[in-house]
Amino acid sequence: MSVKLGVPSKGRLMEKTFDWFAARGIALSRTGSDREYAGSVEGIGNVDLVLLSAGEIPRELAAGRIHLGVTGNDLIEEKLVQWDQQVKPLAGLGFGQATLIVAVPECWVDVDTLDDLDGAAAAFRARHGFRMRIATKYHRLVRDYLRRGGVADYQLVDSQGATEGTVKNLTAEAIADITSTGETLRANHLKILSDPPVLESQATLFLSRRSEKSDADRETLRLLAHMLGV
Amino acid sequence: MADIADIRTEAARLCAIFEDAGAVPVDCPILQQAETLLDLYGEDIRARTYVTRDPSRGEMMLRPDFTVPVVERHMAEGADPARYTYAGEVFRRQEDHPDRASEYIQVGFEIFDRAAPATADAEVFALIAGALAPLGLKAVTGDVGLLIAMVSALDLSEDRRAALMRHIWRPARFTALVKRFAGLTPVPPTRAALLARADPMASLAPLIGLRGEDEIAARIAALRADAEEPPLHAEAVALISAVLSVSETCPNALEQLRDIAVDMPAILPALERFEARCEALAAKGVAVESLQFEASFGRSSMEYYDGFVFGFYAEARPDLPPVATGGRYDALTRRLGRGREIPAVGGVIRPDMVLLLEAGS
Repeated sequence: MSVKLGVPSKGRLMEKTFDWFAARGIALSRTGSDREYAGSVEGIGNVDLVLLSAGEIPRELAAGRIHLGVTGNDLIEEKLVQWDQQVKPLAGLGFGQATLIVAVPECWVDVDTLDDLDGAAAAFRARHGFRMRIATKYHRLVRDYLRRGGVADYQLVDSQGATEGTVKNLTAEAIADITSTGETLRANHLKILSDPPVLESQATLFLSRRSEKSDADRETLRLLAHMLGV
Repeated sequence: MADIADIRTEAARLCAIFEDAGAVPVDCPILQQAETLLDLYGEDIRARTYVTRDPSRGEMMLRPDFTVPVVERHMAEGADPARYTYAGEVFRRQEDHPDRASEYIQVGFEIFDRAAPATADAEVFALIAGALAPLGLKAVTGDVGLLIAMVSALDLSEDRRAALMRHIWRPARFTALVKRFAGLTPVPPTRAALLARADPMASLAPLIGLRGEDEIAARIAALRADAEEPPLHAEAVALISAVLSVSETCPNALEQLRDIAVDMPAILPALERFEARCEALAAKGVAVESLQFEASFGRSSMEYYDGFVFGFYAEARPDLPPVATGGRYDALTRRLGRGREIPAVGGVIRPDMVLLLEAGS
Protein backbone atom coordinates (compact mmCIF):
# COMPACT_ATOMS: atom_id res chain seq x y z
CA MET A 1 0.00 0.00 0.00
CA SER A 2 0.97 3.60 -0.41
CA VAL A 3 -0.69 6.99 -0.12
CA LYS A 4 -2.29 7.91 -3.44
CA LEU A 5 -2.42 11.58 -4.39
CA GLY A 6 -4.79 12.47 -7.24
CA VAL A 7 -3.85 15.54 -9.28
CA PRO A 8 -5.42 17.01 -12.45
CA SER A 9 -3.69 15.44 -15.41
CA LYS A 10 -3.17 18.45 -17.62
CA GLY A 11 -3.11 22.16 -18.17
CA ARG A 12 -2.70 25.08 -15.83
CA LEU A 13 -4.42 23.28 -12.98
CA MET A 14 -1.75 20.55 -13.07
CA GLU A 15 1.14 23.00 -13.38
CA LYS A 16 -0.12 25.19 -10.54
CA THR A 17 -0.65 22.15 -8.34
CA PHE A 18 2.92 21.01 -9.04
CA ASP A 19 4.15 24.53 -8.15
CA TRP A 20 2.15 24.53 -4.90
CA PHE A 21 3.64 21.21 -3.78
CA ALA A 22 7.15 22.23 -4.97
CA ALA A 23 7.01 25.34 -2.78
CA ARG A 24 6.49 22.96 0.15
CA GLY A 25 9.40 20.67 -0.68
CA ILE A 26 7.57 18.02 -2.65
CA ALA A 27 8.44 17.65 -6.32
CA LEU A 28 5.65 16.19 -8.43
CA SER A 29 6.26 15.46 -12.08
CA ARG A 30 4.89 13.61 -15.04
CA THR A 31 7.08 10.83 -16.28
CA GLY A 32 7.37 9.11 -19.61
CA SER A 33 5.88 10.58 -22.74
CA ASP A 34 3.49 13.51 -22.80
CA ARG A 35 0.62 11.18 -23.56
CA GLU A 36 1.28 8.82 -20.69
CA TYR A 37 -0.47 9.65 -17.42
CA ALA A 38 2.23 8.45 -15.05
CA GLY A 39 3.97 10.56 -12.44
CA SER A 40 6.63 10.57 -9.77
CA VAL A 41 6.94 12.08 -6.32
CA GLU A 42 10.22 13.25 -4.78
CA GLY A 43 10.82 14.68 -1.31
CA ILE A 44 8.66 12.17 0.54
CA GLY A 45 8.42 8.40 0.38
CA ASN A 46 5.43 6.07 0.14
CA VAL A 47 3.37 8.53 -1.97
CA ASP A 48 2.12 7.69 -5.47
CA LEU A 49 1.01 10.34 -7.90
CA VAL A 50 -2.21 9.52 -9.77
CA LEU A 51 -2.99 11.79 -12.72
CA LEU A 52 -6.70 12.09 -13.36
CA SER A 53 -9.18 14.42 -14.99
CA ALA A 54 -10.22 17.04 -12.41
CA GLY A 55 -13.83 15.93 -12.92
CA GLU A 56 -13.03 12.34 -11.89
CA ILE A 57 -11.18 13.23 -8.71
CA PRO A 58 -14.36 13.68 -6.58
CA ARG A 59 -15.55 10.20 -7.49
CA GLU A 60 -12.15 8.61 -6.79
CA LEU A 61 -11.98 10.34 -3.40
CA ALA A 62 -15.51 9.23 -2.50
CA ALA A 63 -14.69 5.67 -3.48
CA GLY A 64 -11.53 5.79 -1.38
CA ARG A 65 -9.35 4.78 -4.34
CA ILE A 66 -7.16 7.84 -3.71
CA HIS A 67 -6.32 9.23 -0.26
CA LEU A 68 -5.74 12.81 -1.31
CA GLY A 69 -6.92 14.75 -4.32
CA VAL A 70 -6.75 18.22 -5.80
CA THR A 71 -9.87 19.53 -7.49
CA GLY A 72 -12.28 22.46 -7.33
CA ASN A 73 -14.79 22.49 -4.48
CA ASP A 74 -17.45 23.24 -7.13
CA LEU A 75 -16.93 19.74 -8.57
CA ILE A 76 -16.87 18.16 -5.10
CA GLU A 77 -20.11 19.83 -4.04
CA GLU A 78 -21.85 19.15 -7.36
CA LYS A 79 -20.89 15.51 -7.68
CA LEU A 80 -20.93 14.20 -4.10
CA VAL A 81 -24.08 13.89 -2.02
CA GLN A 82 -23.38 15.10 1.52
CA TRP A 83 -19.84 15.76 0.39
CA ASP A 84 -18.56 16.77 3.81
CA GLN A 85 -19.15 13.25 5.05
CA GLN A 86 -17.07 11.80 2.23
CA VAL A 87 -14.13 14.16 1.95
CA LYS A 88 -12.42 16.74 4.15
CA PRO A 89 -10.96 19.93 2.66
CA LEU A 90 -7.37 20.34 3.92
CA ALA A 91 -6.28 23.52 2.16
CA GLY A 92 -7.38 26.01 -0.45
CA LEU A 93 -4.49 26.21 -2.91
CA GLY A 94 -5.09 29.83 -3.92
CA PHE A 95 -5.59 29.28 -7.64
CA GLY A 96 -8.29 28.03 -9.98
CA GLN A 97 -10.64 30.59 -8.44
CA ALA A 98 -14.03 30.68 -10.02
CA THR A 99 -17.52 31.69 -9.06
CA LEU A 100 -20.66 29.79 -9.99
CA ILE A 101 -23.21 32.42 -10.92
CA VAL A 102 -26.60 32.83 -12.56
CA ALA A 103 -26.58 35.19 -15.54
CA VAL A 104 -29.36 36.60 -17.71
CA PRO A 105 -29.33 38.70 -20.89
CA GLU A 106 -28.04 42.21 -20.24
CA CYS A 107 -31.13 43.55 -22.03
CA TRP A 108 -33.34 42.19 -19.21
CA VAL A 109 -33.28 45.51 -17.38
CA ASP A 110 -36.17 44.29 -15.24
CA VAL A 111 -34.20 41.37 -13.79
CA ASP A 112 -31.47 41.88 -11.22
CA THR A 113 -32.28 39.53 -8.33
CA LEU A 114 -33.62 35.99 -7.81
CA ASP A 115 -36.92 37.61 -6.87
CA ASP A 116 -36.98 39.23 -10.33
CA LEU A 117 -35.98 35.96 -11.98
CA ASP A 118 -38.93 34.21 -10.33
CA GLY A 119 -41.32 36.94 -11.47
CA ALA A 120 -39.94 36.85 -15.02
CA ALA A 121 -40.11 33.04 -15.05
CA ALA A 122 -43.80 33.06 -14.10
CA ALA A 123 -44.62 35.54 -16.88
CA PHE A 124 -42.42 33.66 -19.35
CA ARG A 125 -44.22 30.38 -18.72
CA ALA A 126 -47.62 32.04 -19.11
CA ARG A 127 -46.50 33.57 -22.42
CA HIS A 128 -44.53 30.72 -23.98
CA GLY A 129 -46.21 27.67 -22.48
CA PHE A 130 -43.00 26.15 -21.12
CA ARG A 131 -40.79 26.77 -18.13
CA MET A 132 -37.90 29.21 -18.50
CA ARG A 133 -34.74 27.32 -19.46
CA ILE A 134 -31.51 27.78 -17.54
CA ALA A 135 -28.47 26.14 -19.14
CA THR A 136 -25.86 24.64 -16.83
CA LYS A 137 -23.73 21.65 -16.06
CA TYR A 138 -24.03 22.20 -12.30
CA HIS A 139 -27.49 20.72 -11.93
CA ARG A 140 -27.55 19.87 -8.25
CA LEU A 141 -25.92 23.07 -6.99
CA VAL A 142 -28.05 25.33 -9.16
CA ARG A 143 -31.31 23.52 -8.41
CA ASP A 144 -30.62 23.71 -4.68
CA TYR A 145 -29.73 27.40 -4.97
CA LEU A 146 -32.88 28.27 -6.92
CA ARG A 147 -35.05 26.25 -4.55
CA ARG A 148 -33.62 28.13 -1.56
CA GLY A 149 -34.12 31.37 -3.47
CA GLY A 150 -37.79 30.53 -4.02
CA VAL A 151 -37.60 30.45 -7.82
CA ALA A 152 -40.29 28.36 -9.54
CA ASP A 153 -41.31 27.79 -13.17
CA TYR A 154 -37.82 27.20 -14.48
CA GLN A 155 -36.14 24.14 -15.97
CA LEU A 156 -32.48 23.25 -16.14
CA VAL A 157 -31.14 22.26 -19.53
CA ASP A 158 -27.83 20.47 -19.71
CA SER A 159 -24.93 22.35 -21.24
CA GLN A 160 -21.47 20.82 -21.00
CA GLY A 161 -19.68 23.63 -22.80
CA ALA A 162 -20.05 27.02 -24.54
CA THR A 163 -22.89 27.64 -22.10
CA GLU A 164 -22.70 31.43 -22.63
CA GLY A 165 -23.82 30.90 -26.23
CA THR A 166 -27.04 29.06 -25.39
CA VAL A 167 -29.13 32.21 -24.94
CA LYS A 168 -28.17 33.65 -28.31
CA ASN A 169 -28.79 30.24 -29.87
CA LEU A 170 -32.28 30.17 -28.33
CA THR A 171 -31.71 26.94 -26.44
CA ALA A 172 -31.92 28.67 -23.04
CA GLU A 173 -33.15 31.96 -21.58
CA ALA A 174 -30.53 32.21 -18.83
CA ILE A 175 -27.41 30.37 -17.71
CA ALA A 176 -25.65 29.21 -14.55
CA ASP A 177 -21.94 28.76 -15.04
CA ILE A 178 -18.47 29.22 -13.62
CA THR A 179 -16.87 32.57 -14.31
CA SER A 180 -13.61 34.11 -13.17
CA THR A 181 -13.41 37.55 -14.78
CA GLY A 182 -16.88 37.79 -16.32
CA GLU A 183 -15.37 38.71 -19.68
CA THR A 184 -16.97 35.88 -21.64
CA LEU A 185 -20.32 36.78 -20.10
CA ARG A 186 -20.00 40.42 -21.16
CA ALA A 187 -18.92 39.42 -24.66
CA ASN A 188 -22.10 37.37 -24.89
CA HIS A 189 -24.30 40.21 -23.60
CA LEU A 190 -25.03 38.48 -20.30
CA LYS A 191 -25.05 39.97 -16.80
CA ILE A 192 -24.71 38.36 -13.37
CA LEU A 193 -27.59 38.57 -10.88
CA SER A 194 -26.76 40.69 -7.86
CA ASP A 195 -27.63 38.04 -5.24
CA PRO A 196 -24.76 36.17 -3.56
CA PRO A 197 -23.37 33.61 -6.03
CA VAL A 198 -24.24 29.92 -6.05
CA LEU A 199 -20.72 29.04 -4.96
CA GLU A 200 -17.18 30.40 -4.70
CA SER A 201 -14.67 27.83 -5.78
CA GLN A 202 -10.92 27.29 -5.89
CA ALA A 203 -8.52 24.40 -6.34
CA THR A 204 -8.54 22.58 -3.00
CA LEU A 205 -6.65 19.67 -1.49
CA PHE A 206 -9.14 17.11 -0.17
CA LEU A 207 -8.64 14.10 2.08
CA SER A 208 -10.86 11.08 1.44
CA ARG A 209 -12.75 9.93 4.54
CA ARG A 210 -13.31 6.55 2.90
CA SER A 211 -9.85 5.33 1.95
CA GLU A 212 -8.20 2.40 3.68
CA LYS A 213 -4.87 3.14 5.31
CA SER A 214 -2.09 0.98 6.67
CA ASP A 215 -0.10 2.19 9.69
CA ALA A 216 2.66 3.26 7.30
CA ASP A 217 0.12 5.24 5.23
CA ARG A 218 -1.11 7.02 8.35
CA GLU A 219 2.46 7.94 9.22
CA THR A 220 3.03 9.20 5.65
CA LEU A 221 -0.15 11.29 5.80
CA ARG A 222 0.98 12.85 9.07
CA LEU A 223 4.40 13.71 7.61
CA LEU A 224 2.81 15.04 4.42
CA ALA A 225 0.37 17.21 6.35
CA HIS A 226 3.28 18.58 8.36
CA MET A 227 5.33 19.38 5.22
CA LEU A 228 2.33 20.99 3.52
CA GLY A 229 1.38 22.90 6.63
CA VAL A 230 -2.23 21.71 6.49
CA MET B 1 -35.80 -4.07 7.29
CA ALA B 2 -38.69 -6.47 6.89
CA ASP B 3 -38.55 -9.20 4.29
CA ILE B 4 -39.91 -8.12 0.91
CA ALA B 5 -42.36 -11.04 0.88
CA ASP B 6 -43.74 -9.92 4.25
CA ILE B 7 -44.06 -6.36 2.96
CA ARG B 8 -46.04 -7.63 -0.04
CA THR B 9 -48.29 -9.66 2.26
CA GLU B 10 -48.92 -6.56 4.38
CA ALA B 11 -49.57 -4.54 1.20
CA ALA B 12 -52.15 -7.12 0.11
CA ARG B 13 -53.83 -6.93 3.52
CA LEU B 14 -54.10 -3.15 3.24
CA CYS B 15 -55.32 -3.34 -0.37
CA ALA B 16 -58.05 -5.75 0.74
CA ILE B 17 -59.27 -3.15 3.26
CA PHE B 18 -59.62 -0.63 0.45
CA GLU B 19 -61.25 -3.18 -1.87
CA ASP B 20 -63.78 -3.91 0.85
CA ALA B 21 -64.57 -0.18 0.73
CA GLY B 22 -65.43 -0.58 -2.96
CA ALA B 23 -62.10 0.31 -4.55
CA VAL B 24 -61.11 -1.23 -7.89
CA PRO B 25 -57.47 -2.44 -8.00
CA VAL B 26 -55.41 -0.61 -10.63
CA ASP B 27 -51.79 -0.63 -11.71
CA CYS B 28 -49.68 1.72 -13.79
CA PRO B 29 -46.33 1.61 -15.59
CA ILE B 30 -43.20 2.20 -13.56
CA LEU B 31 -41.75 4.42 -16.29
CA GLN B 32 -43.70 7.66 -16.55
CA GLN B 33 -43.29 10.59 -18.93
CA ALA B 34 -41.02 12.94 -17.02
CA GLU B 35 -42.49 16.00 -18.70
CA THR B 36 -45.93 15.57 -17.06
CA LEU B 37 -44.44 15.36 -13.59
CA LEU B 38 -41.90 18.13 -14.19
CA ASP B 39 -44.64 20.45 -15.42
CA LEU B 40 -46.68 19.77 -12.29
CA TYR B 41 -43.98 19.88 -9.64
CA GLY B 42 -41.29 21.94 -11.30
CA GLU B 43 -37.58 21.27 -11.55
CA ASP B 44 -37.27 20.57 -7.80
CA ILE B 45 -38.74 17.12 -8.30
CA ARG B 46 -35.57 16.01 -10.12
CA ALA B 47 -33.76 16.12 -6.78
CA ARG B 48 -36.23 13.58 -5.43
CA THR B 49 -36.74 11.25 -8.40
CA TYR B 50 -34.86 9.10 -10.88
CA VAL B 51 -34.98 10.54 -14.36
CA THR B 52 -33.62 8.62 -17.29
CA ARG B 53 -33.39 9.31 -20.98
CA ASP B 54 -34.80 7.13 -23.71
CA PRO B 55 -33.64 7.91 -27.26
CA SER B 56 -37.14 7.56 -28.70
CA ARG B 57 -39.41 8.43 -25.77
CA GLY B 58 -37.47 11.33 -24.31
CA GLU B 59 -37.11 11.80 -20.58
CA MET B 60 -38.75 9.13 -18.45
CA MET B 61 -39.14 9.09 -14.68
CA LEU B 62 -39.40 6.10 -12.35
CA ARG B 63 -42.81 6.76 -10.76
CA PRO B 64 -42.38 8.74 -7.52
CA ASP B 65 -46.02 8.03 -6.64
CA PHE B 66 -49.20 6.61 -8.16
CA THR B 67 -51.46 9.62 -7.82
CA VAL B 68 -50.56 11.32 -11.08
CA PRO B 69 -50.84 8.21 -13.28
CA VAL B 70 -54.04 7.14 -11.53
CA VAL B 71 -55.54 10.60 -12.11
CA GLU B 72 -54.46 10.53 -15.78
CA ARG B 73 -56.02 7.13 -16.23
CA HIS B 74 -59.21 8.18 -14.48
CA MET B 75 -59.54 11.37 -16.53
CA ALA B 76 -59.08 9.35 -19.73
CA GLU B 77 -61.40 6.44 -19.09
CA GLY B 78 -62.74 6.42 -15.54
CA ALA B 79 -66.28 5.87 -14.35
CA ASP B 80 -67.86 8.69 -12.36
CA PRO B 81 -67.79 8.33 -9.39
CA ALA B 82 -64.91 5.89 -8.95
CA ARG B 83 -62.58 4.59 -6.27
CA TYR B 84 -59.26 2.84 -6.77
CA THR B 85 -56.63 1.01 -4.80
CA TYR B 86 -53.08 0.06 -5.81
CA ALA B 87 -49.91 -1.37 -4.35
CA GLY B 88 -46.48 -1.15 -5.86
CA GLU B 89 -42.96 0.20 -5.73
CA VAL B 90 -42.27 3.90 -5.91
CA PHE B 91 -38.81 5.37 -6.36
CA ARG B 92 -37.31 8.38 -4.60
CA ARG B 93 -33.80 9.77 -4.66
CA GLN B 94 -32.78 10.53 -1.09
CA GLU B 95 -30.10 13.19 -1.36
CA ASP B 96 -31.03 14.74 1.97
CA HIS B 97 -31.64 11.44 3.77
CA PRO B 98 -29.27 8.85 2.27
CA ASP B 99 -30.28 6.49 5.09
CA ARG B 100 -33.89 6.34 3.84
CA ALA B 101 -35.09 3.80 1.29
CA SER B 102 -35.00 4.91 -2.33
CA GLU B 103 -37.42 2.17 -3.39
CA TYR B 104 -40.43 1.16 -1.33
CA ILE B 105 -43.97 -0.08 -1.66
CA GLN B 106 -46.93 2.25 -1.37
CA VAL B 107 -50.51 1.13 -0.91
CA GLY B 108 -53.04 3.72 -1.94
CA PHE B 109 -56.72 4.51 -1.96
CA GLU B 110 -58.25 7.26 -4.13
CA ILE B 111 -61.86 8.48 -4.33
CA PHE B 112 -63.14 10.47 -7.33
CA ASP B 113 -66.56 11.75 -6.36
CA ARG B 114 -68.55 14.92 -7.04
CA ALA B 115 -70.97 14.44 -4.13
CA ALA B 116 -70.24 15.19 -0.48
CA PRO B 117 -66.49 15.98 -0.41
CA ALA B 118 -66.50 16.11 3.40
CA THR B 119 -67.73 12.52 3.52
CA ALA B 120 -65.09 11.38 1.02
CA ASP B 121 -62.33 13.16 3.03
CA ALA B 122 -63.56 11.47 6.19
CA GLU B 123 -63.82 8.07 4.56
CA VAL B 124 -60.21 8.09 3.29
CA PHE B 125 -58.89 9.31 6.63
CA ALA B 126 -60.98 6.90 8.72
CA LEU B 127 -60.09 3.85 6.62
CA ILE B 128 -56.37 4.59 6.91
CA ALA B 129 -56.68 5.44 10.61
CA GLY B 130 -58.52 2.15 11.16
CA ALA B 131 -55.93 0.11 9.27
CA LEU B 132 -53.12 1.69 11.32
CA ALA B 133 -54.96 1.81 14.68
CA PRO B 134 -52.86 -0.91 16.41
CA LEU B 135 -49.69 1.17 15.87
CA GLY B 136 -50.86 4.07 18.06
CA LEU B 137 -49.68 6.70 15.56
CA LYS B 138 -50.13 10.44 15.88
CA ALA B 139 -52.29 11.94 13.13
CA VAL B 140 -51.86 15.54 11.98
CA THR B 141 -54.33 17.26 9.67
CA GLY B 142 -54.39 20.52 7.79
CA ASP B 143 -56.28 22.28 5.02
CA VAL B 144 -54.55 23.94 2.08
CA GLY B 145 -58.00 25.15 0.95
CA LEU B 146 -58.07 27.40 4.00
CA LEU B 147 -54.78 29.00 2.95
CA ILE B 148 -56.07 29.48 -0.59
CA ALA B 149 -59.21 31.13 0.83
CA MET B 150 -57.04 33.35 3.01
CA VAL B 151 -54.96 34.54 0.05
CA SER B 152 -58.16 35.12 -1.98
CA ALA B 153 -59.45 37.31 0.86
CA LEU B 154 -56.49 39.69 1.01
CA ASP B 155 -56.88 43.24 -0.23
CA LEU B 156 -54.29 42.92 -3.01
CA SER B 157 -53.94 43.44 -6.75
CA GLU B 158 -54.43 40.34 -8.89
CA ASP B 159 -50.68 40.23 -9.66
CA ARG B 160 -49.74 40.17 -6.00
CA ARG B 161 -52.45 37.65 -5.20
CA ALA B 162 -51.24 35.37 -8.01
CA ALA B 163 -47.67 35.63 -6.69
CA LEU B 164 -48.80 34.52 -3.21
CA MET B 165 -50.96 31.69 -4.61
CA ARG B 166 -48.02 30.44 -6.62
CA HIS B 167 -45.87 30.23 -3.50
CA ILE B 168 -48.30 28.79 -0.94
CA TRP B 169 -46.16 25.63 -1.09
CA ARG B 170 -42.88 27.54 -0.51
CA PRO B 171 -43.32 28.93 3.02
CA ALA B 172 -40.11 31.00 3.13
CA ARG B 173 -40.79 32.67 -0.20
CA PHE B 174 -44.42 33.23 0.76
CA THR B 175 -43.40 35.03 3.95
CA ALA B 176 -40.82 37.12 2.08
CA LEU B 177 -43.50 38.21 -0.40
CA VAL B 178 -45.97 39.11 2.35
CA LYS B 179 -43.28 41.25 4.01
CA ARG B 180 -42.45 42.99 0.75
CA PHE B 181 -46.11 43.64 -0.08
CA ALA B 182 -46.52 45.10 3.41
CA GLY B 183 -43.57 47.43 2.83
CA LEU B 184 -41.61 45.75 5.64
CA THR B 185 -38.58 45.00 3.46
CA PRO B 186 -36.90 47.74 1.42
CA VAL B 187 -37.25 47.82 -2.36
CA PRO B 188 -34.00 46.48 -3.87
CA PRO B 189 -31.89 49.48 -4.96
CA THR B 190 -31.59 48.26 -8.54
CA ARG B 191 -35.37 48.09 -8.86
CA ALA B 192 -35.78 51.56 -7.38
CA ALA B 193 -33.20 52.82 -9.89
CA LEU B 194 -34.97 51.08 -12.76
CA LEU B 195 -38.33 52.58 -11.87
CA ALA B 196 -36.79 56.03 -11.42
CA ARG B 197 -35.70 56.06 -15.05
CA ALA B 198 -38.08 57.85 -17.40
CA ASP B 199 -37.57 55.30 -20.17
CA PRO B 200 -35.91 52.11 -18.91
CA MET B 201 -36.23 50.59 -22.37
CA ALA B 202 -34.05 53.30 -23.95
CA SER B 203 -30.55 52.24 -25.02
CA LEU B 204 -31.23 48.61 -24.28
CA ALA B 205 -28.34 46.16 -24.62
CA PRO B 206 -28.54 43.93 -27.72
CA LEU B 207 -31.72 41.87 -27.60
CA ILE B 208 -30.79 38.22 -27.36
CA GLY B 209 -32.83 35.17 -26.47
CA LEU B 210 -36.45 34.21 -26.71
CA ARG B 211 -37.80 36.64 -24.12
CA GLY B 212 -38.82 39.62 -26.22
CA GLU B 213 -38.71 43.38 -25.77
CA ASP B 214 -42.50 43.41 -25.23
CA GLU B 215 -42.13 40.93 -22.35
CA ILE B 216 -39.49 43.10 -20.70
CA ALA B 217 -41.69 46.17 -21.14
CA ALA B 218 -44.72 44.30 -19.77
CA ARG B 219 -42.84 43.33 -16.64
CA ILE B 220 -41.57 46.87 -16.10
CA ALA B 221 -45.19 48.05 -16.35
CA ALA B 222 -46.16 45.40 -13.81
CA LEU B 223 -43.31 46.51 -11.52
CA ARG B 224 -44.48 50.13 -11.80
CA ALA B 225 -48.03 49.16 -10.93
CA ASP B 226 -46.69 47.11 -8.01
CA ALA B 227 -44.63 50.06 -6.76
CA GLU B 228 -47.72 52.25 -6.76
CA GLU B 229 -49.89 49.72 -4.96
CA PRO B 230 -50.55 50.69 -1.34
CA PRO B 231 -48.87 48.39 1.17
CA LEU B 232 -50.74 45.43 2.59
CA HIS B 233 -52.18 46.53 5.96
CA ALA B 234 -50.31 45.55 9.10
CA GLU B 235 -53.60 44.10 10.28
CA ALA B 236 -53.72 41.75 7.28
CA VAL B 237 -50.12 40.65 7.93
CA ALA B 238 -51.09 39.85 11.52
CA LEU B 239 -54.12 37.87 10.33
CA ILE B 240 -51.99 35.84 7.89
CA SER B 241 -49.57 35.05 10.66
CA ALA B 242 -52.46 34.15 12.99
CA VAL B 243 -53.95 31.72 10.46
CA LEU B 244 -50.59 30.10 9.65
CA SER B 245 -49.73 29.55 13.28
CA VAL B 246 -52.96 27.75 14.24
CA SER B 247 -51.89 24.43 15.77
CA GLU B 248 -54.57 22.93 17.98
CA THR B 249 -57.05 20.10 18.28
CA CYS B 250 -59.72 20.36 15.57
CA PRO B 251 -62.44 21.92 17.79
CA ASN B 252 -60.02 24.50 19.24
CA ALA B 253 -58.56 25.24 15.80
CA LEU B 254 -62.03 25.81 14.45
CA GLU B 255 -62.77 28.19 17.29
CA GLN B 256 -59.52 30.13 16.78
CA LEU B 257 -60.17 30.37 13.06
CA ARG B 258 -63.72 31.62 13.67
CA ASP B 259 -62.26 34.41 15.79
CA ILE B 260 -59.88 35.29 12.95
CA ALA B 261 -62.78 35.15 10.47
CA VAL B 262 -64.45 38.06 12.27
CA ASP B 263 -61.79 40.21 10.55
CA MET B 264 -61.42 37.94 7.52
CA PRO B 265 -64.94 36.79 6.60
CA ALA B 266 -63.80 35.38 3.24
CA ILE B 267 -62.44 32.30 5.00
CA LEU B 268 -65.89 31.44 6.40
CA PRO B 269 -66.83 29.05 3.53
CA ALA B 270 -63.52 27.18 4.10
CA LEU B 271 -64.37 26.98 7.82
CA GLU B 272 -67.81 25.58 6.99
CA ARG B 273 -66.09 22.87 4.96
CA PHE B 274 -63.71 22.25 7.86
CA GLU B 275 -66.65 21.91 10.25
CA ALA B 276 -68.54 19.59 7.88
CA ARG B 277 -65.42 17.45 7.63
CA CYS B 278 -65.10 17.29 11.41
CA GLU B 279 -68.72 16.11 11.63
CA ALA B 280 -68.14 13.52 8.89
CA LEU B 281 -64.98 12.31 10.66
CA ALA B 282 -66.84 12.02 13.96
CA ALA B 283 -69.62 10.07 12.20
CA LYS B 284 -66.91 7.62 11.03
CA GLY B 285 -65.78 7.15 14.62
CA VAL B 286 -62.69 9.39 14.49
CA ALA B 287 -61.89 11.10 17.81
CA VAL B 288 -62.07 14.61 16.35
CA GLU B 289 -61.86 16.32 19.75
CA SER B 290 -58.25 15.14 20.11
CA LEU B 291 -57.28 15.20 16.40
CA GLN B 292 -54.48 17.68 15.68
CA PHE B 293 -54.97 20.46 13.11
CA GLU B 294 -52.00 22.54 11.90
CA ALA B 295 -52.81 25.27 9.40
CA SER B 296 -49.31 25.09 7.88
CA PHE B 297 -49.27 21.30 7.61
CA GLY B 298 -48.37 19.96 4.18
CA ARG B 299 -47.10 23.25 2.80
CA SER B 300 -43.52 22.26 2.14
CA SER B 301 -43.92 18.74 0.86
CA MET B 302 -47.34 18.16 -0.68
CA GLU B 303 -47.54 20.40 -3.70
CA TYR B 304 -50.60 19.13 -5.46
CA TYR B 305 -52.94 19.05 -2.47
CA ASP B 306 -55.39 21.93 -2.33
CA GLY B 307 -57.79 20.94 0.45
CA PHE B 308 -57.76 18.53 3.39
CA VAL B 309 -54.28 17.08 4.10
CA PHE B 310 -53.15 14.54 6.67
CA GLY B 311 -50.21 12.48 7.85
CA PHE B 312 -49.68 9.65 10.34
CA TYR B 313 -46.44 9.61 12.35
CA ALA B 314 -44.75 7.34 14.86
CA GLU B 315 -44.10 9.79 17.70
CA ALA B 316 -41.44 7.63 19.30
CA ARG B 317 -39.54 7.42 15.98
CA PRO B 318 -39.06 10.95 14.65
CA ASP B 319 -36.29 9.58 12.40
CA LEU B 320 -38.83 7.68 10.30
CA PRO B 321 -40.79 9.12 7.38
CA PRO B 322 -44.59 9.32 7.84
CA VAL B 323 -46.35 5.95 7.82
CA ALA B 324 -49.25 7.37 5.79
CA THR B 325 -50.07 10.66 4.06
CA GLY B 326 -52.84 11.96 1.87
CA GLY B 327 -55.20 14.70 0.97
CA ARG B 328 -57.55 16.34 -1.50
CA TYR B 329 -56.29 17.29 -4.97
CA ASP B 330 -59.19 18.72 -6.96
CA ALA B 331 -56.89 21.08 -8.92
CA LEU B 332 -54.69 18.21 -10.09
CA THR B 333 -57.63 16.60 -11.88
CA ARG B 334 -58.25 19.97 -13.55
CA ARG B 335 -54.61 20.25 -14.68
CA LEU B 336 -54.51 16.71 -16.04
CA GLY B 337 -58.10 16.57 -17.25
CA ARG B 338 -57.74 18.82 -20.32
CA GLY B 339 -60.81 20.88 -19.53
CA ARG B 340 -62.52 18.33 -17.32
CA GLU B 341 -62.24 18.04 -13.57
CA ILE B 342 -63.54 16.00 -10.67
CA PRO B 343 -63.07 16.41 -6.92
CA ALA B 344 -60.64 13.77 -5.67
CA VAL B 345 -59.09 12.71 -2.38
CA GLY B 346 -56.73 9.89 -1.49
CA GLY B 347 -53.95 8.60 0.69
CA VAL B 348 -51.06 6.15 0.79
CA ILE B 349 -49.66 3.82 3.42
CA ARG B 350 -46.14 2.41 3.60
CA PRO B 351 -46.44 -1.27 4.54
CA ASP B 352 -42.69 -1.50 5.27
CA MET B 353 -43.10 1.15 7.99
CA VAL B 354 -46.13 -0.69 9.39
CA LEU B 355 -44.07 -3.89 9.75
CA LEU B 356 -41.06 -2.02 11.15
CA LEU B 357 -43.19 -0.43 13.87
CA GLU B 358 -45.05 -3.67 14.61
CA ALA B 359 -41.71 -5.44 15.07
CA GLY B 360 -40.48 -2.68 17.38
CA SER B 361 -43.50 -2.71 19.66
